[in-house]
Amino acid sequence: MNDTHPLLEARGIGKSFLGITALDNVDFTLRSGEIHALLGENGAGKSTLIKILTGVYTRDTGTVKLDGRDVAPGNVAEAQELGIGTVYQEVNLLENLTVAENLFLGRQPRRFGLVNRREMRRRAQALLHDYGLTIDVDALLSSYSVAIRQIIAIARAVDLSGKVLVLDEPTASLDSHEVEMVFAVLRKLRDRGLGIIIITHFLNQVYDIADRVTVLRNGGMVGTREIETLPRMELISMMLGKELQHVTRDHHALDETVEKSSAPIRFNGYGKRGSVAPFDLDIHPGEVVGMAGLLGSGRTETAFLLFGIDRADTGTAMIDGNEVRISSPETAIAHGFGFGPEERKTDGIIGDFSVSENIALALQARQGWAKPLSTRQKAELADSFIRSLDIRPPDPDRPIKFLSGGNQQKAILARWLATEPRLLILDEPTRGIDIGAHAEILRMIERLCADGMSLIVISSELEELTAVAHRVIVLADRRHVAELRGSTVTADNIMAAIADPSETEAA
Amino acid sequence: MISTRNLPFLAALAIFLLAYAACVLQFPNMLSTRVLGNLLTDNAFLGIAAVGMTFVILSGGIDLSIGSVIAFTSVFVAVVVGSAGVNPLIAFAAVLTISTSFGATMGLMIRFLGIPPFVVTLAGMFLARGAAYLISTQSVPISHPIIDAIQGFYFRFPGGGRLTAMAMLMLLVFLVGAFVAGRTRFGANVYAVGGNPQSAELMGVSVGRTTVGIYALSGFLSGLSGIAYTLYTSSGYSLATVGVELDAIAAVVIGGTLLTGGAGLVAGTLVGILIQGLIQTYIVFDGTLSSWWTKIVIGLLLFTFIVLQRGIVWYSDRRLVEGRLKEA
Ligand SMILES: Nc1ncnc2c1ncn2[C@@H]1O[C@H](COP(=O)(O)OP(=O)(O)OP(=O)(O)O)[C@@H](O)[C@H]1O
Ligand SMILES: [Mg+2]
Repeated sequence: MNDTHPLLEARGIGKSFLGITALDNVDFTLRSGEIHALLGENGAGKSTLIKILTGVYTRDTGTVKLDGRDVAPGNVAEAQELGIGTVYQEVNLLENLTVAENLFLGRQPRRFGLVNRREMRRRAQALLHDYGLTIDVDALLSSYSVAIRQIIAIARAVDLSGKVLVLDEPTASLDSHEVEMVFAVLRKLRDRGLGIIIITHFLNQVYDIADRVTVLRNGGMVGTREIETLPRMELISMMLGKELQHVTRDHHALDETVEKSSAPIRFNGYGKRGSVAPFDLDIHPGEVVGMAGLLGSGRTETAFLLFGIDRADTGTAMIDGNEVRISSPETAIAHGFGFGPEERKTDGIIGDFSVSENIALALQARQGWAKPLSTRQKAELADSFIRSLDIRPPDPDRPIKFLSGGNQQKAILARWLATEPRLLILDEPTRGIDIGAHAEILRMIERLCADGMSLIVISSELEELTAVAHRVIVLADRRHVAELRGSTVTADNIMAAIADPSETEAA
Repeated sequence: MISTRNLPFLAALAIFLLAYAACVLQFPNMLSTRVLGNLLTDNAFLGIAAVGMTFVILSGGIDLSIGSVIAFTSVFVAVVVGSAGVNPLIAFAAVLTISTSFGATMGLMIRFLGIPPFVVTLAGMFLARGAAYLISTQSVPISHPIIDAIQGFYFRFPGGGRLTAMAMLMLLVFLVGAFVAGRTRFGANVYAVGGNPQSAELMGVSVGRTTVGIYALSGFLSGLSGIAYTLYTSSGYSLATVGVELDAIAAVVIGGTLLTGGAGLVAGTLVGILIQGLIQTYIVFDGTLSSWWTKIVIGLLLFTFIVLQRGIVWYSDRRLVEGRLKEA
């Protein structure tokens, strides 16, 4: 499909918000029958570009042509009519409606002016059948998993528009099996002749599915390339504008004497019925413990137990030789624990608060609200994290809702780092964060651990775990099934332990 | 199919039937078309307003102006017809236009100025009440051949009960309301906005038009309710129907609509109205109970239903989490 005519052609697109330039003179061409990845660091302008193409924002400069005709969609509905359908980075679809209602919202089949529910149900079933889903379309959307919802969202967008499908980080909350499911759907759509734009931070996925890539940096255009002729290192330097410095841990680095000495934080036979089977866990100062396992294997549940969100019904927790009861997050924080949950986007941020207020929040809570941090303290705090995590734009007073998705996540991470916890638990800390910042965060973790902080990292990305963890605990079926340490911490070993827990011996 | 979504409605229906059965056991006379007819007539104006409130609450909003708009309407109609001698049908048309535009204006402010519905409709409540005082502070009696004709019109049930024009109007409003909510695109948009306005917007729902439509509808139905009230009392009085919006909210919530929006049925509100009416009827039959018991029982019912709703939300969340764990 080399000479296919451009389906969508954007030239010289520019957009600024409150004086900040988000996009400057960006060109973008999409052919029909291709999957085109849009890449770039957090805040590079990816979401902004597709929001312009899909009618959420209006562009300041530039032209957009669809099938050779100039278009300027003023809202989502207009873009849909033109043939451009979108699955946005933010929540899509409505959990309080049924699957069929979601699929046909705004375009329900009608008879005599009234919605024809039977017809709607029939069409919904037929539509999803094309995507290999046979589910109850009268059940509420909220009764289905994120992956199924994602496919429903794609089905809706495609059915609605039919020419261009835009996906902003569609796989950010899917596990690898679910990603495959969604990608199979995308490939089928490509073969049908659709043009697909996908934004993702997972480079593996880019090489897996994309035909071409366009890279943005700081709102500017870096270039468009065929993926087959683009080596990975070159792609990374296109994105970052420099070479990536890799972080890998020397797996023997944790001091042998530390390892032998008894750990200050220990959990014995800790567990909760129906949540996680009892486990033992010792944590040494300066140690990074990774937790691997599939979605739903009990990783998040373990974190909830350790942080007192769920209460253990068996076992004991010892801190510095004293038995303690961690019955609530408050007591956990009082013992110096910190926890950065999954789904930060929905749980963590307070949109109207500034970046610096969002960062100061946890520290303030720990100090008690009676002793407010001074404005100067907050500013210093914010400045140091904005610099070290490279939060963009570097403006501590900007309401956080105006930051790009990945930069919001960095601010939430900063919030927990600011409390200088002795044990920090992070659940999927780098999802949606670009590789440059990713490396930065790993380096920061290393620095903090050198100062004696202990860390538990839950992650689905095995490279990330092998890069930072001294030890990796593997979970399956809500049990801790294996522990890898030292030189046995490799992606292959973790995979093997997840796949067949009984085979692996605890090292 | 019984989904958890309809559980609160079914619970309300069950409570109503059980309570009615219990009442009939104690006072067999309560099982008569006469009681039923009166129950419908006495609550007609509240029911009409509560349909509007159902749409507002389904969309995640609230309308506090209802009681004041009813009072304004009744005073307006009474003065225009009673003192100025205008044809009542013209007065009705005029007052419905006023109340609908009033509601639409509130909707515009909520949507385009981003002011919370609570604040906007609170202001609307004072404004409409003030306007009613401005027209007249007295109770204005009203009499006109057309009005007398409407008041005198009814169907007779076997057993002596009467289905009055007002009761028919209320039932018609419920019927149309249920169709609009369940079977039109506008209705679907109301549920969508109540579920999550951002998502709804990104799915191509015109949230602005829907919001304005919802408050205009509520304004229109408040006006209609005011007309029913005028017919019911044959007068207009600016001090009347204080707090009716709260009774309407209670009926909506007891009928199983989620106060946070996005789930509920118009039919549920009818059950909520019937439950409230049943309590009042029971108190009349008993003769010794103070009418304040109505408020107490409604208060208790409200608590029960809010707890029930939380329970259902909690239960379905849990099932969801468990489902996910199994899937993985
Ligand atoms: N509504 C808005 N108001 C003000 N600034 C905004 C707004 N939306 C985006 N920006 C700014 O525009 C820039 C580009 O943001 P955008 O969301 O397009 O980034 P992105 O490439 O999608 O990043 P990520 O990978 O983190 O999602 C950022 O600096 C962001 O702060
Ligand atoms: Mg983005």
